[in-house]
Amino acid sequence: MALLEIDSVTVRFGGLVALREVAFDVDEGQFISIIGPNGAGKTTLFNAIAGVIKPSSGRIRFQGREVQGSNPSHMSHLGVRRTFQVARPFASMTVRENVRLAAAGRQVLQSARALGLRGRVRPLADRVDGLLETTGLTADARRRASELNIGGLRRLEIARALASEPKVLLLDEPAAGIGVDGLRPLAELIRGVHQRGLTVLLVEHYVGFALSLSDRVIVLDEGTMIAHGTPEQIRNDERVIAAYLGKAGGGQGDRPPAVPPGPDAPGER
Amino acid sequence: MSYMIVVSVTVVIYAILTVSLNIIVGYVGQPNLAQSAFFGIGAYFAAVFSTRYHTSFWLTIPLAFATAGVAGLVLGAISLRLREDFLAITTIGLNFVIVAVFQYVPFFGGAVGIYAIPLPSIAGHQFGNNAFLTVGLMMLAFVMAVSKYLEHTWFGASLMAIRDDQTAASSVGVPVASYKVIAFTLSAAFAGMAGSLYAPFLSAVTPTSFGFIESVIVLAMLIFGGLGTIRGAVLGALILGALPEVFRFISNYRLLMFGAILLLMLRFQPVGLVGEGSVLVKLTRRATEELRRRRHKGTSDPPAAGV
Repeated sequence: MALLEIDSVTVRFGGLVALREVAFDVDEGQFISIIGPNGAGKTTLFNAIAGVIKPSSGRIRFQGREVQGSNPSHMSHLGVRRTFQVARPFASMTVRENVRLAAAGRQVLQSARALGLRGRVRPLADRVDGLLETTGLTADARRRASELNIGGLRRLEIARALASEPKVLLLDEPAAGIGVDGLRPLAELIRGVHQRGLTVLLVEHYVGFALSLSDRVIVLDEGTMIAHGTPEQIRNDERVIAAYLGKAGGGQGDRPPAVPPGPDAPGER
Repeated sequence: MSYMIVVSVTVVIYAILTVSLNIIVGYVGQPNLAQSAFFGIGAYFAAVFSTRYHTSFWLTIPLAFATAGVAGLVLGAISLRLREDFLAITTIGLNFVIVAVFQYVPFFGGAVGIYAIPLPSIAGHQFGNNAFLTVGLMMLAFVMAVSKYLEHTWFGASLMAIRDDQTAASSVGVPVASYKVIAFTLSAAFAGMAGSLYAPFLSAVTPTSFGFIESVIVLAMLIFGGLGTIRGAVLGALILGALPEVFRFISNYRLLMFGAILLLMLRFQPVGLVGEGSVLVKLTRRATEELRRRRHKGTSDPPAAGV
C-alpha cells in the first residue's frame, strides 16, 4: 500500500479548473518532484494534500485513510508537514521558539484541553538543537525570526516542518529567492533529510534543482498531469519540452535546464 | 483618603479588564471591541443573583465568571471565524446587542437597571472600600498570574503563533479556530469576574455603564500601555484610569484626550508605552545592562586598580 495516494483529484475555483483528475501514488521513502510552468496547479495540489483546500472531487488517502477536505492542523498531526513558498515565520518569536513550537506535536493539543492551564512549554532541547544543527541555524537560534535573511527563512521553514518527525515532507519552492550560492547547501540539506528515510514531495520552479534530487518527477501543465517518470525520462519527454518552450513569455527558470539556473532566474514572486 | 480608595478600585477594575482583554487582543491578535459587554454580563448576573436570590457575593464571583465565559464561548464560536477587520465590526455589534438586551429584557431591570445591590460581607462585617480594593487586587493578581502562566504553556505559545501567522500556525499543528474560541472565552470570563466586584461596589448597574465607548476605552488603555504584555496592560489602566481622576478638569474631555493619546501612540510608539521593543523598555534594558556591567567591574576591578 502506498503511503500517500492521490486518486483522480480535481480542484475547481469557480469556472477555473486548477487540477484535473490528477492521480499518482507516493511510496514510503520516495522523493517526488512536481514541476510545471506558472499556474500549472503545483501549489494547488500541495494545498489539497495539506488540507488547506478540499478537492471538488477525487480522494486523497494517507496510510490508507481518506483525508481529503481535512484541515492543515490535523494533517500536520498525522505526519504531513509542509513549507511555504513565501516564508511564514512566527516573527515575534526567536528561531528556537519557532522550531520548539513546531516540535511540540500533540503536547500543543493537550495543553488547550486544560484551557492552557496545564502543559508548560518544555525545552525539547535534544530534538530542537539537533534540528537547528541540521538546518544550519544554530548560530541564529536566539535571534528573532523576523531578523533572518531569505536563506535563513528558508532553512527555518524546513526546520519547522521537520520538527515533529513527519512522515511526509511537502516542500513548496524551497529554492525561491535563494541565490545560486544558496542552492547547493539547500540541495544537500534536502538530500540529507531524504536519505534519513523521509518521504519528500517537492514543488519546484528551478527544474534542474528538482531533477537532480528526485527519483520520480510529475509534470503538471494547466492542471493536468502531462508526464510522470524518472528524471531521465522527463528530460527527454517531448510533451514536457513543448509545455515549457511552447509557453509565450516563459522565463529562463521555466525551461528544464540540466544545471541549476543562474541568479537571474525569476522566482514566482 | 477614602476618595483615593474609590479611584483605586476603579483603576483596579480597569486593570482586570485590560489584562483579560490582552489574552485575546494581545496574545492572539484578534480585535475585540466588546470587552465591556462581557464585563456587563458578569455585573448583571451578579446583581440579579444577589438582589433576587440573595446569593452570597463570594458565590456571585464564579457565577459571573461562568456566565460571561459561556457568553464568550457562544459568541466567539460564531464570530471568530471572521477575518480581523470583520471581527472588529462584529464585536462592536455584539456590544450594542448585549447592551440592548440589558435595556429591554425585564429580567435585567430595563433602562433603570438593577439597584440596591447589597454590600458583600466577610465574617459578618460589611465591605468597606478597603475590602473592595483588597478583593479587586486579589482578582487582578489572579488574572495576571493566569496570563503569566499562559505565556509559558504550549497553548500560550500557540496563541502567539496564531497572532504572528495563522496559516503557518495551522501548518505546525495548532488548531487555530478552536484556540481562538478558548482564548476569547477566557478573556470574557475574566471580564465577567470583574463585573461581580463592580456591581456591589457601585450598588447599582445600568445598561449605559457597559456601552461600546467603555470597550473602546479599555482597548485604548491596553494599546497605550503595550499590547501583548501584562505590564503594559496594567500600566495603561493605571495611567489612563487615574489621569481623569487626578486632573479633574480634564475629565469632561476624557474621550477627546483618549483619542489624542491613542493617535499619538499609534503614530510614534505603536507597540505601546512598555510593549515589547518600545523606547522605554529598550532604555531600561540598556540601563540594567550597564548597571550590571558596572557592578561586575566593581567586584573584579579593585585588585587590578591597585597595580
